Amino acid sequence: MSSVATAPSASPSWLRGIPLVVVLMLLPMAAINLIAFVLPVVRLAMISFIKSRSGGVLTDTYTLENYVDFFTDRFSFELISNSLVLGFGVTLVTLVCSYPIALFLHRVSPQWRNLLFVITVSPLLVSSVVRTYGWMVLLGDQGVINGILTSTGIIQTPIRLVNNLLGVYIGMVEVLIPYMALSLIAGFGRLDIVYEEAAASLGANGWTRFRRVILPLTMPGIALGCLLCFVLAISSFITPKLLGGGRVFLLATEIYDQAVIQLEWPSAAATSVIVLIIFGLALALYSRVAKRFD
Amino acid sequence: MIGRMTLPFRILVACLYLFLLAPILIVLPLSFSNDTFLTFPPQSWGLRWYAAMFNHRGLIDALWTSLGIATTVTILGLLAGVPAAFAIRRHEFTGRDFILNLFTAPLLLPSIVLGLAILLVFVQARLLGTYSGLVIAHLIVTTPYVIRIMLTAFSTLPPSVEEAATMLGAPPLTVFRRVTLPLMMPGFIASAALSFLLSFDEVVISLFITGPRMRTLPVEIFDYVESTTDPMTAAVSVVLVAATLLIIFLIERTLGLSKTVGKS
Repeated sequence: MSSVATAPSASPSWLRGIPLVVVLMLLPMAAINLIAFVLPVVRLAMISFIKSRSGGVLTDTYTLENYVDFFTDRFSFELISNSLVLGFGVTLVTLVCSYPIALFLHRVSPQWRNLLFVITVSPLLVSSVVRTYGWMVLLGDQGVINGILTSTGIIQTPIRLVNNLLGVYIGMVEVLIPYMALSLIAGFGRLDIVYEEAAASLGANGWTRFRRVILPLTMPGIALGCLLCFVLAISSFITPKLLGGGRVFLLATEIYDQAVIQLEWPSAAATSVIVLIIFGLALALYSRVAKRFD
Repeated sequence: MIGRMTLPFRILVACLYLFLLAPILIVLPLSFSNDTFLTFPPQSWGLRWYAAMFNHRGLIDALWTSLGIATTVTILGLLAGVPAAFAIRRHEFTGRDFILNLFTAPLLLPSIVLGLAILLVFVQARLLGTYSGLVIAHLIVTTPYVIRIMLTAFSTLPPSVEEAATMLGAPPLTVFRRVTLPLMMPGFIASAALSFLLSFDEVVISLFITGPRMRTLPVEIFDYVESTTDPMTAAVSVVLVAATLLIIFLIERTLGLSKTVGKS
């Protein structure tokens, strides 16, 4: 983020090396980027250090108070641990659900592969609000699953599947499967059937072949998919907000509540910076893990 | 035997696909419920909630707002993104990698953080709850994809093709119209379609910057879902999914067509 923040001041020196026609072609995009990305990120970082009076009025005083408040509040640690546990948990379940899909797509005959590939990524084109609503319909107390279970007499009273952590898990895993499957498929290029045949001819059974041959070869795809899903999971907002029913507290939902409902922008900005730091740590961990598999 | 797919494995994959598609498929039967509340199975069937949807002023207004914004964002995004991608692909200049990284960096930022950051700037610039504010905010979401797609499209078009046309005596405008444009068409269509869908579906950033008088459709649906559980949202969802399928189908047809045109 520091390189982004220094961009405008660095411009005169590197501008000299660019032909005019190139500058003109880049100008509209640079303007959009400046107004809706560089300035907002700089302003967010600044406001996270600004003192606010009651009612969200900003002052001119710079302070560390917002961060001190964050780290001295027990609730903040609950938010961080909730977000991290959800992030890791959802990533793990998504991986377990997506791996068979990706392996199937890798092995299926080409004429089926294209159709199934489109079906796998098509949920990405459907609004996350619509998909989350679908889960509210399926999991609600009067919803489809409880409706079927009670009408067939398997259960007497509806099971609570939504407005709790379970509902958030189910919804988020479903929302993230296409991303994970795409990453896995991209990393499955190295998986060739001859390696498995070689392992089999040397006497390895199905499980050993999976553990010793398939899994190591597909590890780069797994690492990439896990990074993507973890990052998307800890920053996702729509699904936890709607399926959590206001009972699941995460960093992302807290940012929204602080900014839009309580109008405490400096606190919201400080919480955002914490999320960005967790992002940076996840990225650093990924690059270390990815290096080991190369 | 090796690499073969056993029946249990096929059943497992079928179940996973059912899980993946369940929330999209379930809204279809429920949208034809005539009940006042969401119940399953519905007590009565009919088109009541489709009628309610078309008579809901807020929803219809938001639909027109979203369509207008998505169209504007698509056009402006191509006008800004295509020249930028062309400059990055075809010209050598200092800081090229930095510019590319800067233009695609918004992809990496979580939208909840980006939404708040844009709110903080827009509140000073008096862009909150305005049409232009929403367009600018959506552009930062769509243009990284436009640039990525067009970079790939330009790299599949070697300069030598255009040079050959010029050497055979074609004036620059003819080269552009007869050579460059047809070869770029799939990239344009893919960028335009993705921009339109991304802008039309964008919800997190919009939640931060919409006002009471200027609301996009996903924000309107989000608020409706949060407060009410009746089958109207199912009807809205069915219309949205059908519209998305229609757009994908149309692109598939036109992209296929443009490919055959390009070959002949």
